[in-house]
Amino acid sequence: MRVMAQMGMVMNLDKCIGCHTCSVTCKQAWTNRAGVEYVWFNNVETRPGQGYPRRYEDQEKWKGGWELNKRGRLKLKAGGRVKKLFGLFASPLQPELKDYYEPWTYDYKTLVDAPLGDDFPVARPKSLITGKDTKITWSANWDDDLGGTTEMGHLDPIVEKVRRESEDKIKLEFEQTFMFYLPRICEHCLNPSCMASCPSGAIYKRVEDGIVLVDQDKCRGWRQCMTGCPYKKIYFNHKTGKAEKCTFCYPRIEVGLPTVCSETCVGRLRYLGLFLYDADAVTAAASVTDPQDLYQAQMDVLLDPHDPAVIAAAREQGIQEDWIDAAQKSPVYALTKVYNVALPLHPEYRTMPMVWYIPPLSPVVDLLRDQGHDAEDPDVLFGAIDALRIPVEYLAELFTAGDVDRVTLVLRKLAAMRAYMRGISLGNEPDESIPASVGMDGATMYEMYRLMAIAKYSERYVIPKAHAEQAHDLEEMGCSLDFDGGPGMGAMGSSPFGEASGRPTPVAVETFHALQDRQTSDSVAGADTLSGRVNLLNWDGNGAPPGLFPQRHPTEPPADVAALEGGGGA
Amino acid sequence: MNILLWGVLPYVMFVVLVGGLIWRYRYDQFGWTTRSSQLYESRLLRIGSPIFHFGLLAVIAGHFFGLVIPKSWTEAVGMSEGLYHFNALLVGSIAGVGTLGGIIILIYRRRKTGPVFMATTNNDKLMYVVLVAAIIFGLWTTVASVFSNTHGITYRDTVSPWFRSLFILQPDIAAMAAAPLAFHMHTLVGMALFTIWPFTRLVHAFTAPLHYLFRPYIVYRSRDKGASVPARSGWSEVGTRDRDTRKR
Repeated sequence: MRVMAQMGMVMNLDKCIGCHTCSVTCKQAWTNRAGVEYVWFNNVETRPGQGYPRRYEDQEKWKGGWELNKRGRLKLKAGGRVKKLFGLFASPLQPELKDYYEPWTYDYKTLVDAPLGDDFPVARPKSLITGKDTKITWSANWDDDLGGTTEMGHLDPIVEKVRRESEDKIKLEFEQTFMFYLPRICEHCLNPSCMASCPSGAIYKRVEDGIVLVDQDKCRGWRQCMTGCPYKKIYFNHKTGKAEKCTFCYPRIEVGLPTVCSETCVGRLRYLGLFLYDADAVTAAASVTDPQDLYQAQMDVLLDPHDPAVIAAAREQGIQEDWIDAAQKSPVYALTKVYNVALPLHPEYRTMPMVWYIPPLSPVVDLLRDQGHDAEDPDVLFGAIDALRIPVEYLAELFTAGDVDRVTLVLRKLAAMRAYMRGISLGNEPDESIPASVGMDGATMYEMYRLMAIAKYSERYVIPKAHAEQAHDLEEMGCSLDFDGGPGMGAMGSSPFGEASGRPTPVAVETFHALQDRQTSDSVAGADTLSGRVNLLNWDGNGAPPGLFPQRHPTEPPADVAALEGGGGA
Repeated sequence: MNILLWGVLPYVMFVVLVGGLIWRYRYDQFGWTTRSSQLYESRLLRIGSPIFHFGLLAVIAGHFFGLVIPKSWTEAVGMSEGLYHFNALLVGSIAGVGTLGGIIILIYRRRKTGPVFMATTNNDKLMYVVLVAAIIFGLWTTVASVFSNTHGITYRDTVSPWFRSLFILQPDIAAMAAAPLAFHMHTLVGMALFTIWPFTRLVHAFTAPLHYLFRPYIVYRSRDKGASVPARSGWSEVGTRDRDTRKR
C-alpha cells in the first residue's frame, strides 16, 4: 500500500443555479489573457445539452480516455505510443476552434468615436482571432437553460445514447423536459489519460496533493493531451503554443485557501478536502472489466483515514500529521465514502476522476411539483424516482456508466433526507424508518444534512496548508501557468522567437500568503505587499499599486523590463 | 575563398548551432514549441504537414547514406555505382518532391488562412525562405548528380569526403571545391539553415519526443524548485488591438 494524498472536490448539483459566477471568476483569475480567450477552465453546462466543447462526451469521435485491450489491459483509446508518434505531425482527433467557439469582443470604440449622424452607432462584434467583423454563432454556453434544445437537444451524446437504448423514451418537448446544471473543471484524475498521452512528459501529478499540472517549460505543443483528455479540459494557448489547464488554484490551495470557483460559488455547493488513496491500486482498479464496476473500484482505492493501518502507512510515506488530520475531517471523503452520495463524472473513461458530483434530485422534485404532488412526501418521492426513468437514466449515463440502481439509491438517500428533515422541522418525532429505508441511521442522516445544508466555510473547505519546511520551494515555484502570457501576466511582447518566449516568471506565492492574511485579519493591506503585478482578486481596493494598470505607452517599456529583455538577448 | 567557405564557415555554423541550442534550452524553454496552428485550421494541415515531415525524415535518411557512408563501403557490399545512383535518385526525388509539395501546401495554408497568417512572425518568414531554398537547391543537386555522373564527378567523391573530413578537424577543402555549383549552393544554404535553426521554431525538431516510447504513463513529480527570476510587469490584454499593432 502506497498512501498518497489527493485534493478533491465534490459539487452538490441540487444547489447549482447556473449563475456562472464560478466560470467568470475563474476566467478573471486564470484565462483573462490573449491566447486563451476561448478557454474556460471552469464552465457550467446545462444538461441535457451538448457541453463545451460541443459533444465532447462523444468518445467514438474524440477517442478520449482509456479502454481495455483484448488482454484486458488499459490502453489509450486514441492509440498506443507508436501510433501517437506517427500522428504527431497533424493531430487527427484534436478539436478545432469551431468546436469550442470563436471568441469575440465588440467594437466599443465606435460608440464613442462615431461622428454625429442620423443613425445610432453600433458596436459590431469582432473576432478575437482575426480582429475582423464576425457573426456570433456559438459560445461556451450557447445552449444555456435549454436554449435551442428543441432544435439541437438530440445532439447531446447522452441523450442520443439513452434514446437508443430506451426506444425514444426521452422526449425533449418543453413541457416534459428536465434540466440541471453541470459545472465542470479539470478532474485531476488518479489515472489521467492526458498525462499518458503527452509525448513530452510535461503533464505531471504532484506527489503532495495530486494536483495535475502542465510544466510550461517542458510542453512542446504536440497537442496529444487535448485528444487524450475525455473531458476536454486541456486547452491550447494559441499564442504561446502550449497546453494549459485548470490548476486547482494550487497557489491558493497551498496557503489553505479554497479554489476561486469554490470561494465565489453563490450556491455554496462545492466542497474541498483531502482523499488518501492507494497509488499502487489505481491501475488495477481502472482496469476492471465491467464499466459499471468502475465506481466501486474507484471507491475501494480511497482509503479510510481513520483506519490505524492507513494512518501508519501514510506516516511511513511522509504524510504529515496535520494532513492526516485534514483527511479525517475531509468533507469530500464524507460525501463520497461515508454517506455514499457523491459520484464520479463518467467513470467509464477509466481515468478515476477526483471531482465528484452529488446528482440532482431537483429534476424529479420539479416534475412532481409541477404535477401537483407533495414533493417532500417520502413515498411520493421514492415512487417518482422509480417511475421517472428518463432523468434517472440520463444521470446514470453521466455518473455511473449507466448503472441506474446506483443513481437511484443516491437519489433515494437525498429524498429520504428531505423527508426526514421535514419531519424534524415540523417538530414531529423523527421518523427513523425513513433513514432505515435507505440503509442509514438517523444520526448519520442528520450529519449528512448538516454537511450538505448548513456547513460553514471551514467545514466545506478543509485544506491543509503546504508545509512550512517546504516554504522556500513554494515561494518561487517554477511550475504551471505563471509565465509570459500566463496568468502571471508577464510582458507579452512579440519576441524574435515568437510570442511569449523568454524566461519564465514564477508564481509569487507570497502574494497569496498576503491574500490569506488579509482575508483573516482586520487590518488593511498596504500596497507594498503587491510587487509588480496585481491579481485583481488579491487587490483589496486600497490605492493603486504599481502594475495594477497597463503601461500608458505600451511601446515604451519601463527601464527594468527593457534591461531584463536586453539581458536575455531577446 | 574556398578556405573561408569550406574550412571556416562549417565550424562557425556548428558553434552557432550547438551554442544557440544550449543557450535557448537554458534560457528559453518556454519559447521552445512547435507553435501549432492546428487550432485555427486543420484540413490543409492534416494533408500538408505529414507529407512534409515524413518526406523530410526520408531526406534526412538519404543525407545520412550519401554523406556518411563512404563509397568504398557500398562497393564492398557489391552495390554498383549505377544501382546506387538509381536508388538515390528514385528515393531522393520522391522524398524531395514530397517535402517540397508538403511545404508548398503548408505555405499556401499559412498565407491564405487569416488567423494562421496573422500568427506568422518575421522570424517564421525568414525561416521559410531559407528552408524552401535549401529544399529546392537540394532537388537541383539530386537532378544534377545524375547528369554530372557522366563527367565522373559525383558528390560521393567530393562533398561526402569533405563532410566526413570536417569531423576529424582536417577539412578536405579541395574535394569540396571540386564539386559542381549546385552542391555548393545547397551546402551554403543548408549551413545558413542550421545557423538560424536554434533561433527559429525549427528547434522543436531537437525535442522530438522519442522518450515517450519508454517513459511510464503516469508522471508523479514533487513540487518544483523553480529558479527565482524577477517578475516582469505589464500584461497583454484580451482584444484585437495587439493584432492591429502587429500589422503596423
